[in-house]
Amino acid sequence: MAAVMSDHAHGDHHGPTGLMRWITTTNHKDIGTMYLVFSFIMFLSGGVMALTIRAELFQPGLQVVQPEFFNQLTTMHGLVMVFGAIMPAFVGFANWQIPLMIGACDMAFARMNNWSFWLLPPAATLLIGSFFVPGGATAAGWTLYAPLSVQMGMGMDMAIFAIHIMGVSSIMGAINIVVTILNMRAPGMTMMKMPLFCWTWLITAYLLIAVMPVLAGAVTMVLTDRHFGTSFFSAAGGGDPVMYQHIFWFFGHPEVYIMILPAFGIISQIIPTFARKPLFGYASMVYATASIAILSFSVWAHHMFTTGMPAVGQLFFMYATMLIAVPTGVKVFNWVATMWRGSMTFETPMLFAVGFIFVFTMGGFTGLICAIAPIDIQVQDTYYVVAHFHYVLVAGSLFALFAGAYYWLPKWTGHMPDERIGKLHFWCSIVFFNITFFPMHFLGLAGMPRRIPDYALQFADFNMLASIGAFGFGLSQLIFLAAVVKCVRGGEKAAARAWEGAEGLEWTVPSPAPHHTFEEAPVVK
Amino acid sequence: MTQTFEKYFVPEPSKYPIFGSIALLLFGSGAAMWLNGFKAGPWAFFLGIAVLVFMLFGWFGQVVHESEGGKYGRKVDRSFRWSMGWFIFSEVMFFAAFFGALFYARVLSVPWLATGDTVELLWQGFAGGWPTAGPDKPDPFTPMTAWGIPALNTLILLSSGATLTWAHHGLRHDKRSQLKLGLLVTILLGVLFLSLQIYEYRHAYAELNLRLDTGIYGSTFYLLTGFHGMHVTVGAIMLTVMLGRALAGHFTPDSHFGFEAAAWYWHFVDVVWLLLFVVVYLL
Ligand code: HEM
Ligand SMILES: [Cu+2]
Repeated sequence: MAAVMSDHAHGDHHGPTGLMRWITTTNHKDIGTMYLVFSFIMFLSGGVMALTIRAELFQPGLQVVQPEFFNQLTTMHGLVMVFGAIMPAFVGFANWQIPLMIGACDMAFARMNNWSFWLLPPAATLLIGSFFVPGGATAAGWTLYAPLSVQMGMGMDMAIFAIHIMGVSSIMGAINIVVTILNMRAPGMTMMKMPLFCWTWLITAYLLIAVMPVLAGAVTMVLTDRHFGTSFFSAAGGGDPVMYQHIFWFFGHPEVYIMILPAFGIISQIIPTFARKPLFGYASMVYATASIAILSFSVWAHHMFTTGMPAVGQLFFMYATMLIAVPTGVKVFNWVATMWRGSMTFETPMLFAVGFIFVFTMGGFTGLICAIAPIDIQVQDTYYVVAHFHYVLVAGSLFALFAGAYYWLPKWTGHMPDERIGKLHFWCSIVFFNITFFPMHFLGLAGMPRRIPDYALQFADFNMLASIGAFGFGLSQLIFLAAVVKCVRGGEKAAARAWEGAEGLEWTVPSPAPHHTFEEAPVVK
Repeated sequence: MTQTFEKYFVPEPSKYPIFGSIALLLFGSGAAMWLNGFKAGPWAFFLGIAVLVFMLFGWFGQVVHESEGGKYGRKVDRSFRWSMGWFIFSEVMFFAAFFGALFYARVLSVPWLATGDTVELLWQGFAGGWPTAGPDKPDPFTPMTAWGIPALNTLILLSSGATLTWAHHGLRHDKRSQLKLGLLVTILLGVLFLSLQIYEYRHAYAELNLRLDTGIYGSTFYLLTGFHGMHVTVGAIMLTVMLGRALAGHFTPDSHFGFEAAAWYWHFVDVVWLLLFVVVYLL
């Protein structure tokens, strides 16, 4: 970070210096950097929790942690990764890239942008601090289902307030992004000329504004049920714990698209660059993204096939879910068609992007399998679901984040990332990822439930394999840290257009991008 | 490509956001401690609110200052409009969660509780029906009726919407006294609404035995009307600020988005009330 600072400093930067600079900054690049650093720290914290979980599951029996603490770990691993790592990382990309890509001088609300970021450390303090209060952190699962969440100790309250604060941050950030895209585009940058990353973020931001308040409502009801005597989720008072699940998943399903749409955007920037061909089917990509977003509001109960629902409900949600696979498929085919007969090279960003397509698509397929109600009744709450969502979230969202980081690091730091380290990171990640999560499909199909610290003996081999893979995967991420640090420190100087085939406004400004860019808006032809 | 380009105002580094973050950290940790019986809880909680108020004053004060200083061009104005619209949309979705809970309970879960195994094995004799405090809350209570204070309050809020529009007309035609009078009347109507609401709550607690813990009916009733009341309070504060600004000579007939934003918010609160009146009180 020191080098990043000094690199920025020789732009025409003035105002506070040192720590105060980062606390008070209104510059989208500074704020983007802070988001990215924050999310990486959260990624490592969530990773430590995951490895503790995998250490316990290495063998049957209880070896490492107590069951209560194990449940806290699974819960907090989910919350920290979703709200602390993946979402802020994408916002970091949005901050850095959207103004550069649409030719804006900054985000529409630069001061509010600062607040959106600086709300995250307090939220993380509350969330992670809850491990240390009486009773420990909440152990209700990241979905915080009632009635368990109504019965938890003080850690649950802290998680609720943390979610409120992160919600405020997300909503402000999302409004900022929407307004920036709608109002700050350079002359000539029409909506249908916008880079796909901006389109996917526009739609993601819309989803965020629509569903984060619903999550706030859900956890508020949990809070009042806990402390103020309301009966939203208690059948004795006429409420219904299943109602919590409906409200939560009305948020939760769009939320998973919030975590994948910007990833689609990043991949759609990278594939054309390294295939040296324009994106195939740009317009269909935009429409596919929009239809995914709209459909995502009508599929939530596929998470609830076993919690009880009339058969018509099951059928509706089953078909609606399968429908979502259509626009998702459109995207995958478009990426493949973009590569078709392109002159491809496989630098690290492209490796991650191609890896993404392979492995994410597997996650999409298992999603389809889960969507089929009669099958899902067998696999819900088993490791099969765990395998599914790690294929889409780790091999999907996270790999896209890595791809994007390697892709834009030259623009951010002025140096090309080291290809050898990057490639090592990629191969380690994809191999260990599959060692970790592929066996979970078999475990799930064989009936191993998720969220338990101990298991029957017949599951032992695959679990040991998964744990070995997990430690390999965790260690591989230190390679990424090394790659980034090395790139910030030095390396081959990056040209303005750092990659031969790269198109877009961000490649017209010098590398590293000066502190202020596009103060005079460029004209797009 | 024919439009001319104006420089977009990007604010200098600011210390207000970090105060806001400290405020919410104190607020959240204070509330969590308070709810779990720690003595420091209320202190941190109220300190958080105090810091938040300080931050809001300073921050919005600076925005007003920049606006009056002519720093915001047409494009910034457009940003404000978009953002206020999206913010109100997020508020709509917040209320949607609670309206959704009411719908789910009334239409689905309460009838389910009165059928099948649940009623046979668990709560024999539970008839379902609305309003209800649930099968296991024997305490009798009297539900709210629509045709008393709530109807009056509907009238009050609707007229406050009209007086606000009247004030806006005054502003647009540069009739400043109409603006000020209209704003004042609107605020007073808002305060009247809130006072009646508080009276109604006290009546409900004292005479109707209708409380926050009166099962699902009490839960949905108080959270929906309570959050609405909080929004009326915020709206009234916004309008009071606008009245202060009007008295200080701010706003011109063609540039007054601060006023309009407050008005949009007020109308939004109005519409929520209409929905509330129908589904909480009438039906
Ligand atoms: C073709 C697209 C997809 C389909 C058809 C699909 C379908 C499903 C279904 C039916 C479930 C519920 C399984 C169960 O609990 O029994 C599920 C769970 C899940 N999905 Fe997907 N999914 C898709 C894509 C995604 C994507 C892109 C993400 C995120 C990036 C995602 C994240 C998740 C998560 C986090 C869960 C588990 C939540 C939990 O129970 O903790 N899915 N998916
Ligand atoms: Cu889903």
